[in-house]
Amino acid sequence: MDASFWIPLIWAGVLCLGLMLYVILDGFDLGIGILFPWGRTDEERDLMMNSIAPHWDGNETWLVLAGGGLFAAFPKAYGLLMTALYIPILFMLFALVFRGVAFEFRFKAERSRGVWDVAFNLGSVMAAFFQGTVLGAFIQGFQVTDGKFTGNVMDWLTPFSLMTGFALVCGYALLGACWLALKTEGALQRWAFHAGQVLMFVVLAWIAMVSLATPLMSAEVAARWFSLPNLFWLMPVPILTIVVGWMLWRALRRQSPWAPFVLTITLFALGAFGLAVSLWPYTVPRVFTLWETAAPPASQGFLLVGAVALLPLILGYTAYNYWVFRGKVHPGAGYH
Amino acid sequence: MPFDAVILARLQFALTISFHILFPTLTIGLALFLVILEALWLRTGQAVYLTLYRFWVKIFALSFGMGVVSGVVLSYEFGTNFARFSEVTGNILGPLLGYEVLTAFFLEASFLGVMLFGMQRVPPRLHFAATCIVSIGTMISAFWILAASSWMHTPAGYRLVDGIFHVESWPAVIFNPSFFYRFPHMLMASFLTTSLVVAGVSAWHLQRIQSAALARPAFAIATLALAILAPLQIVMGDLHGLQVQRHQPMKIAAMEGLWETTAGAPLLVFAWPDMAAERNHFEIAIPKLASLILQHDPEGTVLGLKEVAPADRPLVPLVFFSFRIMVGLGFWFLFLGGLGLLLRWRGTLYSNRPYALLCMASAPLGFVATLAGWIVTETGRQPWIVQGLMRTSEAVSAVPARAILTTLSLFFAVYGTLLVAYLYYLSKLIRQGPDAAATQPAHDEPTRTAWM
Repeated sequence: MDASFWIPLIWAGVLCLGLMLYVILDGFDLGIGILFPWGRTDEERDLMMNSIAPHWDGNETWLVLAGGGLFAAFPKAYGLLMTALYIPILFMLFALVFRGVAFEFRFKAERSRGVWDVAFNLGSVMAAFFQGTVLGAFIQGFQVTDGKFTGNVMDWLTPFSLMTGFALVCGYALLGACWLALKTEGALQRWAFHAGQVLMFVVLAWIAMVSLATPLMSAEVAARWFSLPNLFWLMPVPILTIVVGWMLWRALRRQSPWAPFVLTITLFALGAFGLAVSLWPYTVPRVFTLWETAAPPASQGFLLVGAVALLPLILGYTAYNYWVFRGKVHPGAGYH
Repeated sequence: MPFDAVILARLQFALTISFHILFPTLTIGLALFLVILEALWLRTGQAVYLTLYRFWVKIFALSFGMGVVSGVVLSYEFGTNFARFSEVTGNILGPLLGYEVLTAFFLEASFLGVMLFGMQRVPPRLHFAATCIVSIGTMISAFWILAASSWMHTPAGYRLVDGIFHVESWPAVIFNPSFFYRFPHMLMASFLTTSLVVAGVSAWHLQRIQSAALARPAFAIATLALAILAPLQIVMGDLHGLQVQRHQPMKIAAMEGLWETTAGAPLLVFAWPDMAAERNHFEIAIPKLASLILQHDPEGTVLGLKEVAPADRPLVPLVFFSFRIMVGLGFWFLFLGGLGLLLRWRGTLYSNRPYALLCMASAPLGFVATLAGWIVTETGRQPWIVQGLMRTSEAVSAVPARAILTTLSLFFAVYGTLLVAYLYYLSKLIRQGPDAAATQPAHDEPTRTAWM
């Protein structure tokens, strides 16, 4: 139990935490983009966009941390995964480019505003979808021979990855609806609560399907969940998911502003925990463990010092950023 | 066909990184310019500085957004297109990029929100602090990425174990021999480019009645910065060249178009390097000047390209011509800065129309010089991706050529569209110009809440 055991483990924890933060934070702002066409007037769409305008850049930085962190801490996994996931990763990036520039271009456009509305919406949907397919392909695993990816460039595209793609679009939309309920008032807020109720059932259905499909695909995953005593210890996960789902439904019905957002995040956290159980301890599922792909302690340790010192600071000023822009977003609330 | 995949991967990386660098080049400088404007406003209380701040912050936001979206792409492209390189150098370059994210990206992103949207929500001093933090963030970002880039040119502080780089000493990796030349050279390139953009745009605003008075302070600051930075950058470039000669003599040989190792090497004003024939056509040479510049001795010996096998030479014409474009523009900026000083001394800086036209025409030239400089340094390192240790052809991912061709075509289409849209909205902002009517000192506005 020395440094070469602990440091990769801590890094895996830091990266999982970073990825989780990304999914929650960029999840709700991609969700706003997914729900964008349902904004009935230009003013409503302004409100939707302004509710996330000061935050989206910071939210997306967690994705850069995930990429940069994987490169630094697990370079072997980074190279292999990016090769295998070449197409969905690059398509996700194209989508993020379009929705990112829409924030600036939309408010400067007059006649061409509709173009950037569409870019923002489609970009958000596609980014979420390809992130979902990346997750699905990752769960399924990759064909690796002698430590190199030897599969096909389109191996990522399967019914299962399509399913996780659609599931994540719905999940982000639910997060977005809850954020909107929190940040707006009046008709738009009421609509957000209704949309949340519909989306909630869709998301729970997707969670159930992915949870069933995963052990069916891999004997190793099935054994981990359904053997004793694991079954006993892991039973609370699906039970809690059902309880949280029920509480979420109640919270959306009684139009409580904060509870739906917090409960949806809890739902995502439970899903992430379930995935972690299924995929532990791999960085390339069922091929390489996190220790087999780890950079040496001299490299991981060097960056870990910075991560441990700086992440609390980053979380602090991110919280400050949200504090400055707290409360409901109002029409015409000063762009620049 | 591994050859095609290598070329396509390199083209894609060259395209995406060249597109990306345009925006940080502008925003590193603009962030500092905004710090100056806001400091002047807080100090003097003159509304003109706030008006200018509000105008330039819009251009900053537009450009920063472009930098963000094109930068996210790069953080994944190391893996998607250069997986082998990522695996071999990840122990060294990974943590440098990791530190860039931790120390710069989050800082910029969080305080950018306050900077752009927070003027009515935080007190003026706190807003100024946010502007300063964003500016410092852009320079921290440049610090790490240039440390990583410099290491690929002058690798240090490493040992190779089974073909994988391992770190021996982090200070040696970060402060590698070319870092102290490349980092200030790029920062100054960024400040120069911004000065040229601000000078060009302000020169145009000077010609219009409604914005003439507002444009004066910006024009004065930009032309003064140009006069100070242009000579410094030339000195910096000269020092950088001496360092390149010590560590990458073949890059220097390509820059000079020198085939034979020569004592008293001439400086070629023009030539047409022919790689197949290993000689130049149409040479116009100044005797002994290259030796004088590079060795500070007219009889000094400069190594020629024939010192290494043809396969180990960079693409000579590209390096040779890019170098001449960069240096030529550098001297043009020196002239422009000097002329500005002269007009200032004569008291006709704001009224001299030909000078304003020259500034307008020169507004985009900083980008040209910066890109030319990056082409010199990056293609001058070829065929190596890590100088002398790893070849670019060994660095790419096992992705089939047709997949890269698909994404490369998409990058052309997407980035082409974005550039057109960016330039369109940029010109729209510039046409609107600084707006004095919109300038209410933010802290007097009723929307400000009591707790602040």
